[in-house]
Amino acid sequence: MNIVTPELGLIFWQVVIFLIVVLLLRTYAWKPILSSLKERESSIEGALRMADQAKLEMQQLQAGNEKLLAEARMERDRILKEATTMSNQFIEQAKTKATEEGSRMIAQAREAIQNEKNAALAEVKNTAAQLSIDIAERILRRELTDQPAQQQLVDSYLKEVKLN
Amino acid sequence: MKRLLFALLCLFSLTARANEPIATTADATESENFNPGEMILHHIGDSHEWHWFTLGETHYTTHLPVIAYRAGSGLTVFSSHELAEGKVHEGLKLDHEHLVSTDGAKVYDFSITKNVATLMIASALMLVVFITVARGYAKRGTAAPRGMQSFFEPLIIFIRDEVAKKSIGPKYERYMPYLLTVFFFIWFSNMLGLLPGGANLTGNIAVTLTLAVITLLITLFSSNKNYWAHIFATPGVPKALLPIMIPVELIGIVVKPFSLMVRLFANITAGHIVTLSFISLIFIFRNIGIAPVSLAFGLFIFFLELLVAILQAYIFTLLTAMYIGGAVEDHHDADLQIGGGDGAAPAQAH
Repeated sequence: MNIVTPELGLIFWQVVIFLIVVLLLRTYAWKPILSSLKERESSIEGALRMADQAKLEMQQLQAGNEKLLAEARMERDRILKEATTMSNQFIEQAKTKATEEGSRMIAQAREAIQNEKNAALAEVKNTAAQLSIDIAERILRRELTDQPAQQQLVDSYLKEVKLN
Repeated sequence: MKRLLFALLCLFSLTARANEPIATTADATESENFNPGEMILHHIGDSHEWHWFTLGETHYTTHLPVIAYRAGSGLTVFSSHELAEGKVHEGLKLDHEHLVSTDGAKVYDFSITKNVATLMIASALMLVVFITVARGYAKRGTAAPRGMQSFFEPLIIFIRDEVAKKSIGPKYERYMPYLLTVFFFIWFSNMLGLLPGGANLTGNIAVTLTLAVITLLITLFSSNKNYWAHIFATPGVPKALLPIMIPVELIGIVVKPFSLMVRLFANITAGHIVTLSFISLIFIFRNIGIAPVSLAFGLFIFFLELLVAILQAYIFTLLTAMYIGGAVEDHHDADLQIGGGDGAAPAQAH
């Protein structure tokens, strides 16, 4: 049997059996296998794409959160600053008001004191004058006849006397 | 994976041991004059009976059916046992494994020979394996593959992505059943041929011829006008040269499948011949001392054959895909590249 001479019988069986195998496998094996593979690949691809999308969304969310946080921080800083200035202003205002009030009260007190002093001085003057007159009267009642002359003299003396 | 590796290892050890008795039988039958050439040709050739081994004077043989057609007496079916050792049955006898009629009439031999039986076993094996795999997909859906399914899935994906998609292009899906079947058929048959007692199916020219002719027919039936334009008016070839180019291209159509046929046949047959030659050395030298050397070399060739088994399946499939790809291609990009200028510009840009 020559090895390079093809045998008719074997060719016949090879054609018949091989074609049957191709047809059977095509229907019962390759088609379901290939379609399952394709399905799985597309599902994996879909899952990957979804994961990517989720990642992107997450990033966006994170960025949004950060933005919100930054805004909140800015707001806080602004409020704090405002509050500080306001409180400073208040303090300043209160200080000026207090100072003003103080100086006003001091001035009032001074005025009152001056008035009191003046009144007291006038009273002292009067009292002193009265007293002098009384003294002089008593003295003069005893020894002097010319009362007005004496009074004039006493007055002039008293005017010379400056109590302060 | 581990189980598979173990199975493979078992397989190696079996054949390594089994090679010896096969050679011994050849030696025993032609006891005085051991003729290695005849023994090897007998082993790689086809046979009407499946001879396993011989113990003493007893041959352990599976007798396969003989189916013969003669113009005069029609279809004859009987067991090859009737023809054993040169017996004549219904006017038929075996002349060097060739079925002939005693009255000289033409005999069409459709017998289930050893190769046909192996072909049936390989086909049955493929059907069982791949329908099981397909069932795995039906059961598990898009979940991860398991067991046999996960062993064959990478191969199927490889054929699809690296062979079909790359060589054929977007129209690859139509050809997938043929490519997958031819790949696994050649691989399975090669592996069966390596088993002890296995037939040299893919090393038989009738088998490779049939596969090559199927590839040629698929190529021709799926060819578009670009393919024929390329053959009858090869772009870039001066008109004066066409009378030479057209016959060359036409020969090319036939040479491509012819190379497929010869490559597979020669590779597988050569592997078997080399292995058997190493084993024959023991009987040529009639010395047990040579046995370890021939076994070592035989084993080495056997491992090589395991690689060749899948490699040749891959090459046959890849070339088939490329021939189909050439026939269904829309544009011949290759011509642009030869022309330089436009073709070279994007290449330099990279």
